[in-house]
Amino acid sequence: MSQTSPPDSYTPGSHPDLPPPVRTTGALGWARKNLLSSPLNIALTLVSVWLLWSIVPPAFNWLFTEAVWAASDRKECWALMTEPRSGGCWAFIRGSFNLFVYGWFPEPERWRVNLTFVLFALAIVGALRESLPGRKYWLWFAVAFPFIAAWLLLGGFGLTPIGTNKLGGILLTLVVAVTGISFSLPIGVALALGRRSNLPALRAVCVIFIEFIRGVPLITLLFVASTMLTYFLPPGSTFDLLMRVLIMVTLFASAYIAEVVRGGLQGLPAGQYEAADSLGLTYWKAHRLIILPQALKISIPGIVNTFIGSYKDSVLVLIIGMMDILGLGRARLNDPDWLGLAPELYIFISLFFFISCFGMARYSLSLERKLQTGHKS
Amino acid sequence: MAQASPSTVNPLLRLWRNEDSRGVIIQILTMLVLCALIAAIARNVVINLANVGKEFSFDFLTWPAAYDIGFSPFIEYTNKSTHLRAAVVGLLNTLLVAFWGCILATVLGFILGIMRLSSNWLVSKISYVFVEFVRNVPVLIHILAIYSLVVTLLPSAKKALDVGGGAFFLSNRGFYVPAPVFESGAGIVGIVILIAVIMAILFKRWAKRTQNETGQIYPVFWISIALIVGLAGIAFLIMGAPLSWDIPVLKGFNFKGGMAIKPEFLALWLALSYYTACFIAEIVRAGILAVSHGQTEAAYAVGLKSNRTLQLIIIPQALRIIVPPLCSQYLNLTKNSSLAIAIGYMDITATLGGISLMQTGKEMETMIIVMGVYLVISLTISSFMNWFNHRIKLTVR
Repeated sequence: MSQTSPPDSYTPGSHPDLPPPVRTTGALGWARKNLLSSPLNIALTLVSVWLLWSIVPPAFNWLFTEAVWAASDRKECWALMTEPRSGGCWAFIRGSFNLFVYGWFPEPERWRVNLTFVLFALAIVGALRESLPGRKYWLWFAVAFPFIAAWLLLGGFGLTPIGTNKLGGILLTLVVAVTGISFSLPIGVALALGRRSNLPALRAVCVIFIEFIRGVPLITLLFVASTMLTYFLPPGSTFDLLMRVLIMVTLFASAYIAEVVRGGLQGLPAGQYEAADSLGLTYWKAHRLIILPQALKISIPGIVNTFIGSYKDSVLVLIIGMMDILGLGRARLNDPDWLGLAPELYIFISLFFFISCFGMARYSLSLERKLQTGHKS
Repeated sequence: MAQASPSTVNPLLRLWRNEDSRGVIIQILTMLVLCALIAAIARNVVINLANVGKEFSFDFLTWPAAYDIGFSPFIEYTNKSTHLRAAVVGLLNTLLVAFWGCILATVLGFILGIMRLSSNWLVSKISYVFVEFVRNVPVLIHILAIYSLVVTLLPSAKKALDVGGGAFFLSNRGFYVPAPVFESGAGIVGIVILIAVIMAILFKRWAKRTQNETGQIYPVFWISIALIVGLAGIAFLIMGAPLSWDIPVLKGFNFKGGMAIKPEFLALWLALSYYTACFIAEIVRAGILAVSHGQTEAAYAVGLKSNRTLQLIIIPQALRIIVPPLCSQYLNLTKNSSLAIAIGYMDITATLGGISLMQTGKEMETMIIVMGVYLVISLTISSFMNWFNHRIKLTVR
């Protein structure tokens, strides 16, 4: 457009639109609005910037710039840095990586663990992706997965049997967590229904069970599993420690799931129960077709939170001497080659848990949004 | 509709088809199965205990516990004391870390929650990243990591960091602070403080009654503070300042005097506090967001100033939402304090459920006591929660 000098006067309404003032748009406007809107805000921004400036660059240096990724022991790590300990020695994690993942699973049989991981990924995708063709079969596969995994890992029926004491590292963490998560949901729903039942004896049993489990720390239950559960069994029978721990972890998670599901059941309007009754549905049909689908939908955030909690709690097995990722890592810290590398270990394990738990939490948020079927009451 | 006449149907089937009698049958069956299970377990326990030559009794509590507890701030304990005393020391240590943990977690949680709601983008994002990172990593890892930081990064006692005017020292043996020493007359000051607190409470009641009757408002908070601080200060001066400080001094390889906060306690306390604080932050944020903006506008419309709006309208309503989940976070913190055993802080799980169990071989008895203690703590906190909930419940017509 050719630039002509603007006319001296406009008739009302004919003035061209002016661009918005520079100070309210773009990066500058955004900064003014979000960082510098008042004296207090300016002070807060300055403090935050100072905080980030004093933490982030040194941390970045330690984690990446100065870090050593390949070395055979810590002395070599120190030698490769500008000064000892000025960076992370990730060679430690790399060198122990196979141990951290597989535990003491025999080398030639590790394909079974890999296959289990692949099937696990498939089961998760199959259970969560609704658009998958033949979803029904995927769901059945997801339900069957824990049993297939048990066969693959422990052997028998044509595979070399492997003792549960060979499981360790991330594999053991996942075994404890996935068992706890997948079996606690059905048990928890049953307990919640029992607690809301009209039958006083049934209700009392469920209430006592739930309140007892929720009232004590998981660690005491694990002590029970490791020291005194054998007294409860018929004389002479032995029972694998891992099995006992899995039972306790499952019971623990199911009590929490029960309370979450009970919240969902109570959150349903009474009209839903009455409508099901007036249609003449039996108790089980009403729950299967009307009550539970809605109640479980409301309780999804709580259920996923319980799953995350149960996943995080799986590290407690280290206290009764089982070598999960944390236990194995701490055992490796005593290796003379890698003494004093606790920061690297804890950062690695924290990242492992953060990625998986944060992923679960984000998925639950998106699921909540997807299942939001319009009207909020 | 063709239906079998009642006489031709098996009477047992008829009982089953009737909803009431079916309920009774199911309950009787449940109880029978449960009783059979309990009886079988009891029988197994008796036989198994007899097989290993153990006896079910709580006598071991009076046996001497031949182990040391490095941290017993409240009662005297030596390795000649009984297992019962060790258990009490453990319980007090559990309560100590839970109490201070709840306080620090609440303070940090409110700060983080309010930071998250800040209109300052940077402050809000810092809080978000911190909360999400901490929440998604198991608390045991936090405890172990903080402990290893405290033990490896802090200098030895000889080179302790002086963090406050030659009276506060930080070393890998712990945090040394001056200990108060009460001299004669301190008791009277304590009694005066108690009297001042009672007077403040009476004054508050009187002020509330007066406000209800006449509308006259008194600055209750400031007058109470003046009352307590003033009376206590006068009593303190009259009695000739009966308080001195025992300052820690480096002697040889360790500090003498003062009060030592052990690294185990420090690590457990900090880790539990900031971990729980991140959950509290989310609760606080949700609670404040749940009070609708219309409430603020309505308060302004009837002429309340902004601080009165916050105090009379927003906070009471937000608290009603915040307090129940806050209580269950306190409960979680108390239960998580049992992880102390991983770093050797002697709480009840570590003394009675750990060393006493190993030494006496009384698995059942010790675990019953430990679980009982946690159950009592849990029930106490949740009954407080129910009482509070009942008190602040919305009165709906």
